[in-house]
Amino acid sequence: MLKKNEIKIGDTYSEKIVEDLKRTQIVQYAGASGDYNPLHSDDKFTKEIAGYPGVFAHGMLSMGMTGKMLTNFVGDGTLKKYGVRFTNQVWPGDSLESTATIIDIKEEDGETLAEIAIETKNQDGATVITGSATAKVG
Amino acid sequence: MSKIKMPVEKSHIMMFARSIGDANPKYYEEKDENVIAPPTFIQSSAQFDPEYFLRPKIGGDNWFGSGKEATGMKSSGSGSGGGGAAMGLHAEQHYEYHQPLNVGDVITAEVKPGKSWEKESKRAGKLKFSESVTEYRNQDGELIITATSVGVVTEKPVEN
Repeated sequence: MLKKNEIKIGDTYSEKIVEDLKRTQIVQYAGASGDYNPLHSDDKFTKEIAGYPGVFAHGMLSMGMTGKMLTNFVGDGTLKKYGVRFTNQVWPGDSLESTATIIDIKEEDGETLAEIAIETKNQDGATVITGSATAKVG
Repeated sequence: MSKIKMPVEKSHIMMFARSIGDANPKYYEEKDENVIAPPTFIQSSAQFDPEYFLRPKIGGDNWFGSGKEATGMKSSGSGSGGGGAAMGLHAEQHYEYHQPLNVGDVITAEVKPGKSWEKESKRAGKLKFSESVTEYRNQDGELIITATSVGVVTEKPVEN
């Protein structure tokens, strides 16, 4: 858990959340989450029917990997809110880095909360996720 | 609407944590009471939706992914084939956490349709957004997570 006297607005935390994303990891996510959309595992369908260059990651895989960075930063069981927008697709071979920035620290109903801005970028610097989170602070 | 009834199981949490590449030991604990779930784990409640459209059904013959042909969707002549389904993408996802999710909980989900809107985009043509709000409750009826999902149907594939 973040400590009130150890954080300030503007603090950031970054983590590499995946290096050279493998197709197999996308399949693993499909199996675990139950989302078997062929866009994520079926190259033939994705190219010939959907019109994309090939399979790509579930948005929720990117959100899940970004969540790993987030919980490593704020601690387990402290999240009150976590939300994202998917701004670009994530492809096999991508390497992603995710950053959390504290944008506000406030008191609400007797709790101290940190408001956090989130951004995940790929190896070309393109943003694939923007988001926000609220976490309890000790 | 949805008939989800999801037993929260530690082996499922383990598989989910592996798939997102998260080595946090709390996701792999031996004792049920020590296991916690990653913040996006509830998304896998899709496994327990009997009608989830992104899972091939046992005995079903119209899965839209490829087999011999690029799509298994039978063409109906009306023109909206498997591609139509494929154009749906996930635009946004938001979670609000009210109570922790515990191994042994049985979660039910109530889905409520939300707003819908349209937008023009240079990269994908006309975008049709639609929102749904899902309330996940435990066996005691307590609200555990509220999830807001925004889906988008694009006019054409997103240019990259």
